[in-house]
Amino acid sequence: MAVMSYAQAACSALARAMREDERVVAVGEDLGRGGVFGQYRGLAQTFGAARVIDAPISESAILGAAVGMALVGLRPVVEMRVADFAMCAIDEMVNQAAKNRYMFGGQGRVPLVARLPIGIWSASAAQHSQSIEAWFAHTPGLVVVAPSSPADNYGLLRAAIACDDPVVYHEHKELWGVDGEVPEAHRVALGEAKVLRAGRDLTLVSWSRTVLDALEAAQSAAASGVSVEVIDLRTLWPWDRETVLASCARTGRLMVAHEAVQAAGFGAEIAATAAEELGIPVTRLGAPRIPVGYAAALEAEARIGSRRILEALLAWMEGRGRRRFSAATD
Amino acid sequence: MESDSSPADRIAPERLAALYRTMLRIRAFENAAEVASRGGVAAFGAAAAAGALVRGPLHLSTGQEAVPAGVCANLARSDYLTSTHRGHGHAIAKGAEPRAMMCELFGKSGGTNGGKGGSMHIADFSAGMLGANGVVAAGIPIAAGAAHAIRIRGGDAVVACFFGDGAVNRGPFLEGLNWARVFDLPVLFVCEDNRYSATTATESMTGGEGAAARARAIGVPAQQVDGNDVAAVDAAAARLLALVREGGGPQFLHALTYRFKGHVSVDPATYRDAAEVERALAQDPIERAGQRLAALGVDADRLRALREEAEAEIARALAAAAASPAPPAHAAYRDVQDCGAGQWR
Repeated sequence: MAVMSYAQAACSALARAMREDERVVAVGEDLGRGGVFGQYRGLAQTFGAARVIDAPISESAILGAAVGMALVGLRPVVEMRVADFAMCAIDEMVNQAAKNRYMFGGQGRVPLVARLPIGIWSASAAQHSQSIEAWFAHTPGLVVVAPSSPADNYGLLRAAIACDDPVVYHEHKELWGVDGEVPEAHRVALGEAKVLRAGRDLTLVSWSRTVLDALEAAQSAAASGVSVEVIDLRTLWPWDRETVLASCARTGRLMVAHEAVQAAGFGAEIAATAAEELGIPVTRLGAPRIPVGYAAALEAEARIGSRRILEALLAWMEGRGRRRFSAATD
Repeated sequence: MESDSSPADRIAPERLAALYRTMLRIRAFENAAEVASRGGVAAFGAAAAAGALVRGPLHLSTGQEAVPAGVCANLARSDYLTSTHRGHGHAIAKGAEPRAMMCELFGKSGGTNGGKGGSMHIADFSAGMLGANGVVAAGIPIAAGAAHAIRIRGGDAVVACFFGDGAVNRGPFLEGLNWARVFDLPVLFVCEDNRYSATTATESMTGGEGAAARARAIGVPAQQVDGNDVAAVDAAAARLLALVREGGGPQFLHALTYRFKGHVSVDPATYRDAAEVERALAQDPIERAGQRLAALGVDADRLRALREEAEAEIARALAAAAASPAPPAHAAYRDVQDCGAGQWR
């Protein structure tokens, strides 16, 4: 068991995959210098420039070339720098990688991992802060992953590289420096959620950075006599219906919290499923449908945070009705 | 046009006859598909009618046969090819079976793609044909990546990347050519210039000197060729592919041809000048090759036999396509993905 950061955990998982399988290559901008967040540090020195490929700033070509590489026997791990830049390669992700196997009748496979870091980070404003995981969860053919801890980033990245489907892999930019214990040879199965805290009164589902806020809110709620079960979804597609619905059946209530915009967010999918399957009361908390602003006061409006999660869940539990996001205009 | 006239002039009658045969097979396939598509789409932009044999948009390469025939004569089955929405000719020239292709156009389970793709996504990976693509220029980065994998894994395969003149106005053209250049990859880019981007003249919306000039600006050597002279295409492709195979990096062939039909089979292409079309039809690549063969002393019976063989092959393909069963509804759930299969909602 080693203690390492979320970024080091990813680096270590990729290094292990590259040692174990020579078909694994990394492709992206500035990877030779360790990646913009240090999540590739040392890999070029260990594996060489032929396998840790420094790409031009050409998102379409990075992801399109990765599709071609995958079709001809490689297993590329593609870096998009921030998820926002992957929009320059949306054809390659959605029309090419996701559709190739199906539209060509199963003749080929596209085993690639596209790393699209999401989330608000370091006053980076509207084009470097988005959480767009729902876009990809909506697209048949793709697997969508969003780890919240160093251990999961290690275990899930290994599983994603081993997967024969194209995987959209969302790390969170605010988690890079978070430390945690990572068991040796740890692997996390895709599609398995994890119950992080047991509770009786309410199931709170989240993923990525917001899991930390959910845990904090659950702890505070306990002081108010509300027992919250916290589930880290970890994989958005295929999402772990069994674990989530079993928990909901026990607690009788579901809240989903995520950093992405609430409207048409993936929380709606989980909440609707729980309501359909179990007939229980459900609620969601996501960001208001505003871009992330630069100034601290504006950026704060787009953050969920533990306080807002706590407020919303206590209000809901106390029967004060659906408490709206506490926007500045209230 | 740069001079490649010498090797093309010296072409052996047998080689020209083989190229002629490939073109005849493509033409026969396109003509049969065109007939079978009648009623498939009632009018440009209208919905497919029930009961048509070939449904949906059908992009015919009629008139452009010399380009895939000439280029693919210089490729091995183990080489790769990426194609466009107008891809039937590329598939046949690369070695796909017209029978399985026609089954695919008919949406049958015996199709190259099991009925999942149709004309616009026709593919035969077993022949190295990595797929027609519904998105203009999308095959360019994929071809660069396939070549990159060849470079990393070793081996002497090369990639032929076909696209149209419309593709030079999309970003992946720049990104993909640059990628192939900076990584020195074994790709032959083939711009099949039929002068129309869907239903608009490409020249009217393309700045600068066009495809070859843009390739040269990125550092990819480019050669223009008369794309309706199959011997010239063959000679140019032979020269460029030899450079690619020798490790000379990417090369670019700009083949000037003409689309005899509309953008899709039901497009009457009335936006084209009648005189322009008449001049183009007079340059039919199959007629030109036939005349050349006759001049080289190949007798008329032999040419007739080649035509009849091609037509008979496509007639058999049509019969096989009619007889092949439709895919079962549950096939809609096959080959989506492994992880998450079964979780459809």
